[in-house]
Amino acid sequence: MSGAIIETRALCKSYGSFQAVKDLNLTVSRGEVFGMLGPNGAGKTTTILMLLGLTEVTSGIVRIVGCDPTQDPLEVKRRVAYMPDSVGFYDQLSARTNLRYTARLAGIPRAEIDERIDAALSRISLLGVADKAVGTYSRGMRQRLGLAEVLMKKPDVAILDEPTSGLDPEVTLHLLDIIRDLKRDGMTILLSSHLLQQVQDTCDRVGLFYRGQLALEGRVEDLAQTVLGSVYRVSVEAEGGDVEAALRRLPGVSEVARVGATAFALKSATDIRPMIAGTVAGSGGRLLGFSLIQPSLDEVYTTYFRETANAA
Amino acid sequence: MRRSGSPWTGLWTVVSKEAADHITSARMLMLQLLILFTAVGAVYAAIGVMKTVATQDQFLFLRLFTIAREPFPSFVNFLGFVVPIVGIALGFDAVNSEYQRRTMSRLLAQPIYRDALVFGKFLAALLTLGLTFFALWLLVTGMGLLILGVPPSGEEVGRGLSFLVVTIAYAGVWLAVAMMFSTVFRNAATSALASLATWLLFSVFWNIVAGIVAQMAAPSHPLFGPPPEQADLAQWVTRLSPNTLWTEATIGLLSPETRALGRVFFEQLQGMAMGSPLPFGQSLLLVWPQISGLIAAMIVLFTILYLVFQRQEVRA
Repeated sequence: MSGAIIETRALCKSYGSFQAVKDLNLTVSRGEVFGMLGPNGAGKTTTILMLLGLTEVTSGIVRIVGCDPTQDPLEVKRRVAYMPDSVGFYDQLSARTNLRYTARLAGIPRAEIDERIDAALSRISLLGVADKAVGTYSRGMRQRLGLAEVLMKKPDVAILDEPTSGLDPEVTLHLLDIIRDLKRDGMTILLSSHLLQQVQDTCDRVGLFYRGQLALEGRVEDLAQTVLGSVYRVSVEAEGGDVEAALRRLPGVSEVARVGATAFALKSATDIRPMIAGTVAGSGGRLLGFSLIQPSLDEVYTTYFRETANAA
Repeated sequence: MRRSGSPWTGLWTVVSKEAADHITSARMLMLQLLILFTAVGAVYAAIGVMKTVATQDQFLFLRLFTIAREPFPSFVNFLGFVVPIVGIALGFDAVNSEYQRRTMSRLLAQPIYRDALVFGKFLAALLTLGLTFFALWLLVTGMGLLILGVPPSGEEVGRGLSFLVVTIAYAGVWLAVAMMFSTVFRNAATSALASLATWLLFSVFWNIVAGIVAQMAAPSHPLFGPPPEQADLAQWVTRLSPNTLWTEATIGLLSPETRALGRVFFEQLQGMAMGSPLPFGQSLLLVWPQISGLIAAMIVLFTILYLVFQRQEVRA
């Protein structure tokens, strides 16, 4: 397949009798930002480790940047950068010394090391504290330093495992900004997360991992269609009269839930917005406002896992 | 399955980083101060004894290492005690601390094999040990020069340097023991305790164990007492301990008049010039098995830790 920079075919990984990854077929194209979603233990990190050749593949094929990580791990790790889940550094060393160590391990030419480190640190705004021991850093600063390591390596593919977990919103936004920047530079990014909102805003395509399998895959909007069905969700704010009953009588409406003193959430098979005003007025209520709810990944996620859990 | 690329990629980067960490660490500083003070004390005491006895001794310099003023131990006895501790201190958290700091996956995601990481750590610690003991050896020799006022002979330097090499190998065995436990146990405290327990077993209880084993395998005769095999067996068992190997090698190297390590029959003594020293080459031949044993033990232990580490999952 041309343009695919990451490709797995029937990839499996077992720990004893436990199958962590089952028959995974994953394709990521060059320059794409792909989001890996799923609850803890769904096999995301295991998949990442197999992509990097850091854990043995039980069966199946992996190709990444044109190499097989089980046979050519050094070439893969030279061209792919990995930021692990809750990344750690040597606390007694400064940020610069920490990065210098990995830069030398990564085989970056000596003459370029300092320049690249400075560029990476200034991009994540840590240049001012670059010579302080990492032990004094906050969690957000460490995560940013982890991202600086990825930047410094100038990889073809960046694999970020939960880069924003446990961060405050401001740092999260900063990190996501940088990730979008990287995409603009043409880097392929594999982003694992369970924070759906962020993945939704950042990723071109997402895959939903569930019990070691890629349960769903596609663009965020398409996923919503598949899981939620073609449903319009409208939130209505109205007071007085018997608004709830009136809304329920509208054609195509399948569900009306009262979510607040004056707020209702509707689900309907058709776009009922043109009829809302009339209906509310007809029932003697006063309409305060209404809007169409964009399907969020959160919803996709919970609905999907609720359904699969019920089916099981 | 064949893998491309050299397992040595990144080895020297790991060695220089780890060695720098060791040399600048507070832990190493404490150990060095401890060694320094006790060594100076032991040598000073030895010189005091030598001054009062004032013998015509061909190997005055070597006596610096071996003479003790009761109740203090001699320099060598003291080293036999402290060298394993230094080896353990440098190795007990070598591997598991990388997991605990969560740096392991970040390191292994760089284009190096695991070989480079674990071998680099081992080499760096061995280098640090070598540097420390070499400095100590120079210090003791220098003190001898200053206070005794005679230069060491070529043979004494040779014996002293061989002693240094044996001591580094001995430290290497304990380093490998500690690193092995640091690979097996994810908790640094557990691996430190396991290493210290092993050290205690060999330095305190092993002779008792050897005696019991020999007594059981070759029981004493009710009339003639213990058979000669019993002593042989006991010695064989004690030689499984690196401490015994190091002590025997040290005796052979630093006391040139040593002619045999172990049991000697009376007939074998006939024609032997008692008390006169062996040439250096012959002393070296005498302790060669002990030296090989120490180096072999180090390699075997390193192999075990290497195999365990290769099979470990990166994810903690």
